[in-house]
Amino acid sequence: MSKTITIDSKMIPFQEGQTIMEAATAAGVYIPHLCHHPEFTPHGSCKLCTVNVNGRGCTACTYPAIDGQEILNETKELNDDRRKITQMLFVEGNHLCPGCEKSGNCQLQAVGYYLNMLDNHFAHFFARRDLDASHPDVLIDRNRCIFCTLCVRASREKDGKDVFAISGRGINKQLVFNSESGQLKDTGLGVNDQAAHICPTGAILIKRTGFTVPIGERRFDHNDIAETGLEQEHSDHG
Amino acid sequence: MANKTRVATVSLAGCFGCHMSLLDIDERMLQLAELIEFDRSPLTDIEHCTNCDIGLIEGGVCNSENVHVLREFRKNCKILVAVGACAINGGLPSLRNFIPLEECLAEAYLDGIGVENPQIPSDPELPLLLNKVYPIHEVVKIDYFLPGCPPSADVFWKFLTDLLDGREPSLPYELVHYD
Amino acid sequence: MKQFIQDLSEKNHHQATRLLQILRAIQSRYHYVPADAIEQLAGLLNKPRTQIISVVEFYSFFHLQPKGQFEILISDSITDHMLGKINLTSYLARQLKVAVGEVREDGIVSLDNTSCTGMCDQGPAGLVNGYALTRLDRARIDVITDLINQQKPLAAWPVELFHIEDNIHKPGLLLKQQINQGAALNVAFKRGLKETLAEIDKSGLRGRGGAGFKTAMKWQFCSEEAQSERYVVCNADEGEPGTFKDRVLLNSFAHQVFEGMTLCAAIIGAQKGFLYLRGEYLYLYDQLQCILDERRKAGLLGIDILGQGLNFDIEICMGAGAYICGEESALIESLEGKPGIPRNRPPYPVTQGYLGKPTVVNNVETFLAAAAIAVNGGDWFASVGTAKSKGTKILSISGDCARPGIYEYPFGTTIETVLMDCGAANVMGVQVGGPSGTFISNQEFDRKLAFEDLATGGSFIIFDESRNILDMVNNFTHFFAHESCGFCTPCRVGTSLLKKQFDKIVEGHGSAGDVAALEELCQVIKGYSHCGLGQTAANPVLTTLERYPELYQDKLKKISYEPGFDLDGALEIARRMANRTDAGAHLTQVGEDHE
Repeated sequence: MSKTITIDSKMIPFQEGQTIMEAATAAGVYIPHLCHHPEFTPHGSCKLCTVNVNGRGCTACTYPAIDGQEILNETKELNDDRRKITQMLFVEGNHLCPGCEKSGNCQLQAVGYYLNMLDNHFAHFFARRDLDASHPDVLIDRNRCIFCTLCVRASREKDGKDVFAISGRGINKQLVFNSESGQLKDTGLGVNDQAAHICPTGAILIKRTGFTVPIGERRFDHNDIAETGLEQEHSDHG
Repeated sequence: MANKTRVATVSLAGCFGCHMSLLDIDERMLQLAELIEFDRSPLTDIEHCTNCDIGLIEGGVCNSENVHVLREFRKNCKILVAVGACAINGGLPSLRNFIPLEECLAEAYLDGIGVENPQIPSDPELPLLLNKVYPIHEVVKIDYFLPGCPPSADVFWKFLTDLLDGREPSLPYELVHYD
Repeated sequence: MKQFIQDLSEKNHHQATRLLQILRAIQSRYHYVPADAIEQLAGLLNKPRTQIISVVEFYSFFHLQPKGQFEILISDSITDHMLGKINLTSYLARQLKVAVGEVREDGIVSLDNTSCTGMCDQGPAGLVNGYALTRLDRARIDVITDLINQQKPLAAWPVELFHIEDNIHKPGLLLKQQINQGAALNVAFKRGLKETLAEIDKSGLRGRGGAGFKTAMKWQFCSEEAQSERYVVCNADEGEPGTFKDRVLLNSFAHQVFEGMTLCAAIIGAQKGFLYLRGEYLYLYDQLQCILDERRKAGLLGIDILGQGLNFDIEICMGAGAYICGEESALIESLEGKPGIPRNRPPYPVTQGYLGKPTVVNNVETFLAAAAIAVNGGDWFASVGTAKSKGTKILSISGDCARPGIYEYPFGTTIETVLMDCGAANVMGVQVGGPSGTFISNQEFDRKLAFEDLATGGSFIIFDESRNILDMVNNFTHFFAHESCGFCTPCRVGTSLLKKQFDKIVEGHGSAGDVAALEELCQVIKGYSHCGLGQTAANPVLTTLERYPELYQDKLKKISYEPGFDLDGALEIARRMANRTDAGAHLTQVGEDHE
């Protein structure tokens, strides 16, 4: 008898050692997330994947699946709160979608669409954040960084480089680069590094490729992230 | 004709792109015209709005005049709607929020390239700039939000027909865009 | 500098886990951490420079820009405010001719605020180059100003400026008598370690940091782990505003605390222990090192302790100004030389703690009690207290009372009794458990100190009827926003939004929906945050909103909406630059249609 968990009344088998997120993804159940990526050590910071496990809130990307768990995922309460958390990310940074190359391929935006987020609800911080355009092939716009650390993890775990880190505390956090000058061009980042391609928002962009796919024909323009996100992650898995 | 729904529209710190998009509902405008009439709007040249049912606001709040106009709309419209990215989060005009206003004004009127007779305009007729461009929901209470840059014609159509038919307005996935 | 850094790194065996200690030495010597030092350290420790920068930028006591040769920090606890901190700080700033948050032009002195320094019973308090100053008043400030202007080294400052009282006013089961040095270990070895753990189990001792996990169970779990390398950590990062009992325990009962740690090591099979001492208690460092030396000489630490084959030693690691490091997994991260960001759980520290090895983290008071229980037996302890909360609790009492200080009570004692003992009159309410705890009103003084009623790590702040509750909530709410580590969205963004929303209401810009919006925000922060900091950061608002809703509602204007920022103020720059003074150059905060 294989072990199972239940997500929104659906029985889902899992293997020992899998997280709730892994079990759900394998079974085609979408749990909203931003800082999670199947290829990297779970981080558990964005809190969008919070699900209700036997009455308690748990981060699906870090919490182990345990036989018999009764999990709620697609409830109005959870999605209302996930929307507020997404709105927090939108007012914390400066996410001006109409001017962003990533628009339509952006997971932050896609999660907003998925949650039917129509406004930013909270007062904007309008924090001043710096850009780094020094690298010949890669542009960093800190205005769009949501501190998911995927670039940090990709650079360390896949590229073996440690190009990125999150520095500072609390609301004053910022993405920093590993070079004496502090500039991206002086780091070891290469355009083919996984870290350069992993950003869920438009904070890390590959130069001169922004509009190869026109707006209106992009990943989330017509299909929601619950479908395309899972497909993508399955194909990423190989 | 007296019981037509009265709609007022205005563009604050916006580009009128949202208004253009509203016009993009094309022939459906005729259908709409059966049900609504425009009060204050760039489409009518009425200067002040009075007793409206719906107010559509495009653009964020960048100066003192925007504040007065927004308040006039709030006062006279039963339902106030933030239309488009700029009204919702300041949009592209809010890019100036990251540069101190002193620098913006100095660049434009005092020491920018090609400035002749440098001076900051000072005339009671001219509205003063706010230190930042603000989303309209940070200045008055807003009832509904229509995202997009601009929101598509279908968004306007869906939203207005929902309201006119007495339904709670809602936008399906296809119609929610931030760009 | 190169040689200094080289020597320093060598002294720390080029271990990146020692990064905080290394950076403390650099900050202390240069009054900042220079970029060159970071470059050099990155090489010596073989770590990316970004990791070092992220540590510098995480802890409040490290700086990338130079601070004054005399760095003065004034404690920002609500109790310091109640003792006139604001006026005193302005006086200090005037005397020193330096603004708060600035370095004086000559580089001699800098002034800033800092979170509670644990001197609430003898404030207003502060720190100069990390050393605690107490009972600040104008006379002391005049003295300090002269000393600084003469650039007198701290060693030459009058000792009374640094004098710290224990203020133990009511000793109980634990504080009445200390155990003899080595007594707990002797008894434990004689009785048997298993049997001693059974006594601790029987005593019902639960963690004294506030969460209340059963101590014996924690030790048991750790001892059962497969990995043989295990660690004991004493959490002396006493950062909850209003708590200072660990300061007193480490000043006067340190032997017994270390004995408790050694006992734990014997039971779980650890060879190494850490005392994680908050940076604010730097003044205790030397004397604690002396006590460790004494214990080594007495055969109570080191190799083959008491001839029983136990090898165990204790290292003191200092924090550097981060409340979050009181959270056990954040503390472990900090011990490893990283920013204090709480880990995901599971795994818990008892299975994967310091360097991924099984680790017991307990509060100072827990180790103190465990040592006493080993000597006196489980029944001795369990005979006091309530069914679910055995033994006594040591309280740090501050605020509006005649005798602030340390009080030890059996669990089950009512708030009323405590208030009588410390000489509190006309009390409006008490903040039990610090900002992360609960505010109780004077209608609830029959409630009891106990895990099942009012759980507390020991902070007990009294407010009399002259106080404004919203001032307190304001202080606490700003505290959490300042101390949030920033790891998770709800806490990082939420605590800052909460601060803004609370300020909006209190400053009189609130309108109809604003209290509801405040509460809604609180629920997201409480329900979705990663760790205890975020989960309790909204408590000050929630517990006072529940008891005094009218305080909040009365602040609201009877209008549908008002901006959260100063509209007319937002025109000031343009008005000034355009030289406008006419009526049209101004805005009212609310439209004319609103009254």
